[in-house]
Amino acid sequence: MSERAIIAAGIALFLAGAGFPFWRNAVELPRPLELRLPQGQRECVRPVAYMRTSHGDLLEDWRDRVVRSGERFFTAPDGRVRELSLVRTCLDCHEKAGFCDRCHQYVAVAPDCWNCHVDPRSPR
Amino acid sequence: MKITRKAFLALLAVVTRAFGRPRRMAMAIDLAKCWKDRGCTRCAQACHAAHNVPRIPDPRREIKWIWKDRFENAFGRESAGPAVAGAPVPLLCNHCEHPACVKVCPTGATWKRDGDGLVMMDEHRCIGCRYCMAACPYGARSFNWSDPRPFLRTIDPAYPTRTRGVVEKCTFCAERLARGGRPACVEVCPPKAMVFGDAADPSSAVAQLLQARHAFRRKPELGAGPNVFYLL
Repeated sequence: MSERAIIAAGIALFLAGAGFPFWRNAVELPRPLELRLPQGQRECVRPVAYMRTSHGDLLEDWRDRVVRSGERFFTAPDGRVRELSLVRTCLDCHEKAGFCDRCHQYVAVAPDCWNCHVDPRSPR
Repeated sequence: MKITRKAFLALLAVVTRAFGRPRRMAMAIDLAKCWKDRGCTRCAQACHAAHNVPRIPDPRREIKWIWKDRFENAFGRESAGPAVAGAPVPLLCNHCEHPACVKVCPTGATWKRDGDGLVMMDEHRCIGCRYCMAACPYGARSFNWSDPRPFLRTIDPAYPTRTRGVVEKCTFCAERLARGGRPACVEVCPPKAMVFGDAADPSSAVAQLLQARHAFRRKPELGAGPNVFYLL
């Protein structure tokens, strides 16, 4: 084999290796995020678009209102008076494992809510 | 109709008396009743179950919100005559009028609530410096040296656990008061030795007890103004 062929093969191998992240994602599209949505529930406490972008802000606002101001209840859009509570309001409909954890894992964030707050579906 | 200055002031006085008066939540513990069963630990059991307080065997690392200690340890050897020496006294956060823990906290993680005087604890803001533990003259605060969850046999999801590196203590059951309830220890005490209420309201049971009975507090000479009173 000529030198030229060896060099060409080497370059091709290098490009294949270095470009792996690009061509792999071009060939195989990322798997869509599948969340286990609450069953039999129509409406969240805020519009879905707001919750997608800002649920963290909402939870921090709730946290400060409960812990710092002693405010414990709010009126949901459906008129029900509900608690400002991650565990007793959010997790009343949403599943931690199939909803919170799955999405947080997908986008690679690790909020520390669950260091203290407890999932009632699996309290351990 | 014209409101005169006099009528306005009278109205203002009525309104401020009705709404403006800050409450001062306090507890009175009747030791004679408590000592009917000296081995009873129902108050601590109920509190620790309601708040996911772990049972850690190592006394240097234990977590406690309410516990019992000997009379002389609570009130000093000088005030422990033979009649009371060795008797177990329930101890908890005193929710002081001038809490030293609040003064030293660098992050505002512990503070005295305006409306009712509860000394609150916000574990979200606690950085684990333990200044408050050094400042508290009553040993009412505990530090989480490790994750408390392995030391909990059961976890009540209705109340959060704590995490490694934060300080915790009794909150006079702020979460139960918010729902119109009473502290868990008060609720469960078999001889009803603990009475909880607004000491600033002369008609409350606790204020009347403090008027009628001989009440004393732990280390009053320090000027912290504890709001847990003991009756004998």
